[in-house]
Amino acid sequence: MKARVTVTLKNGVLDPQGKAIEGALKSLGVAGIAGVRQGKVFDIELGTTDKAEAELALKAACEKLLANTVIENFHVEIA
Amino acid sequence: MKSAVIVFPGSNREGDVLRALSQAGSQVEKVWHAETALPSGTDLVVLPGGFSYGDYLRCGAIAGRASVMDAVREHAARGGLVLGICNGFQILCESGLLPGILMRNANLKFICHRQFLRVERNDTAFTKRYAQGQAIDVCLAHGEGNYTADAETLRRLEGDGRVAFRYCDATGAVTADANRNGSMNAIAGIYSEKLNVLGMMPHPENLIETLVGGTDGRGLFESLVSSVARAA
Repeated sequence: MKARVTVTLKNGVLDPQGKAIEGALKSLGVAGIAGVRQGKVFDIELGTTDKAEAELALKAACEKLLANTVIENFHVEIA
Repeated sequence: MKSAVIVFPGSNREGDVLRALSQAGSQVEKVWHAETALPSGTDLVVLPGGFSYGDYLRCGAIAGRASVMDAVREHAARGGLVLGICNGFQILCESGLLPGILMRNANLKFICHRQFLRVERNDTAFTKRYAQGQAIDVCLAHGEGNYTADAETLRRLEGDGRVAFRYCDATGAVTADANRNGSMNAIAGIYSEKLNVLGMMPHPENLIETLVGGTDGRGLFESLVSSVARAA
């Protein structure tokens, strides 16, 4: 089994990198973009075939390391 | 006084901290991050600056979970002194020993320059050799020093007198120009609840010799040595 973990900044947390990317897109003339927030994606190979066990492991991984829950949210998808 | 300077892969300011502590009169030992205990009789733990684990994931995130950090947490819980400078401050935030986080500088640039800090209080183990409100001349060098915390945490830090230093100009005035990384409330350093853990972005260990342009950093290390001597 594989999983994809997405870590994004919480609403209201300033994202200077996202702002810079947004500005660069504007200067490239890409129209129709109202805002950009930068995040991270982790593709994870699971060592179990038990979905419940995988969900627990991924939640622990996010809370202990992958996300800093002071400023970030995480989302887990198991394929 | 016995100090332990923790060395992570990618730490690069441990030598400077060691020198500053020795100059102030402390015995100093370097401790590798994979250790599970601190040398017996350690009074002060220092997490030095650098780029632990190449700043992978988030600055200080991986070092904050290194095995030696459990021993550092126990030391802090017993009331032991802990100082984190630059990457060390980032590690303290990531390890949960201090609240908040250091985000990318507001202008997205790595900044490296001389910086004045206003000493917010001089009744702690770290600052008794300074005057309250004194503007000390130190250095800073970082890409992620933009102190950020939620509104409730900020209120608590301010209300409990846990802001150690703020970015200021030479006269001690906290101005927008002096706060080059965009930190909330111009925060350059904060204390833990019991005032025994200090995290700060600037480098006091850089300014301990007239040869390199200043000695304002000495006060911090001398404060620590005299605090421990008095307690012993």
